[in-house]
Amino acid sequence: MAEVKEYWRWKEYNWKNPDINWQDAAVITAGIDVGSVSSQAVIMCDGELYAFSNMRTGSDSPNSALNAINWAMADTGLTQKNIHFTVGTGYGRVNVPFADRAITEIACHARGANYMYGPTVRTILDMGGQDCKAIHCNEKGKVISFIMNDKCAAGTGRGMEVFANLLGVSIEEVGERSLQVDEEPGPVSSTCVVFAKTEATGLLRSGWSTEKVLAAYCSAMAHRVVSLLERIGMEEDFAITGGIAKNVGVVSRLEKELGVKALKTRHDTQIAGAIGGALFAKALVEKGKK
Amino acid sequence: MIANYGYKDGSGDFFISIDTDKCIACEDKPCLEACPIKILEKFADDYDDEVVGVKEEHRKKIKYSCAECKPASGERNLACQKVCQPGAIEHSW
Ligand code: SF4
Ligand code: SF4
Repeated sequence: MAEVKEYWRWKEYNWKNPDINWQDAAVITAGIDVGSVSSQAVIMCDGELYAFSNMRTGSDSPNSALNAINWAMADTGLTQKNIHFTVGTGYGRVNVPFADRAITEIACHARGANYMYGPTVRTILDMGGQDCKAIHCNEKGKVISFIMNDKCAAGTGRGMEVFANLLGVSIEEVGERSLQVDEEPGPVSSTCVVFAKTEATGLLRSGWSTEKVLAAYCSAMAHRVVSLLERIGMEEDFAITGGIAKNVGVVSRLEKELGVKALKTRHDTQIAGAIGGALFAKALVEKGKK
Repeated sequence: MIANYGYKDGSGDFFISIDTDKCIACEDKPCLEACPIKILEKFADDYDDEVVGVKEEHRKKIKYSCAECKPASGERNLACQKVCQPGAIEHSW
């Protein structure tokens, strides 16, 4: 039987910092971000990134959390017994069986973005698998205000996956391909992913190129989150976290609409929430919460 | 913290914003009792402060949950706002 290509599939991987020996650390903490689409586990040694994993969320949250932490610990010699405090975050945060505490993804993304982009970050846009959040924070990464839209999948990672599959374009190429247009089309008019799919099929039938349809969809996504940002206001510096931050087609259109450049980071934007969780865990250890 | 609960869809913006810094100092939290639908709840936030927010189950249908206080025509009676002395609650619609 011919293999069915899964265009939505993004790269799952784990990573370990070769410059850190966990046995030298006084405080080892973990952050587990179980989202609706992806799960990440981050392990920090004295507040420095030591190891992480980034994988797809399975059919249940407890198993996804366990798989993520086990993969992050792989080949490190670490076991869960060595971890002093674990914070669960994300959509499945209350279903992380080994977590000492659950903290919302809003607070964790703000703390994580502060670590990843530095203390100048004031506005964070988290474009996750199933929702989108705009957050304002102070120089310590504490949330000042937030707004969230999770009513439908449009403008989210899941929506983008559906689109990648529909158009037969690998999710990792969607952004680049969407920029290969001579002229920028208007955004697809629908904000609902189901209707947007129907609209895209119609556009392809009427002769639009795949790139043009992708451009229209990336543009619609950018436009949708800009309106969310407008509600709480834009204060620089600006950073984007979550999987969509890797989509240059959405990010560049967002930057254009906002008239602001998003900060760059050497870290994987998908691990912001888990980093924030591990940093909260460290602060809680220091407060003597365990 | 200004917490915005609600959603945006094709028919408009439906958000309740709560300035939770004001809730920390508000001992009796009268909004909880005043809301006829009991949409609001008290909880410890991520920074361990006792604040008020919109219950999860109302966030995606807040326009409909608050409809009793906000009829399409006639007088609006926003009980939550009336009892909130510090003026912490705002509605976007
Ligand atoms: S009455 Fe106002 S300040 Fe007091 S808890 Fe309710 S919303 Fe907060
Ligand atoms: S408008 Fe009415 S139903 Fe809505 S939160 Fe306020 S008191 Fe409750």
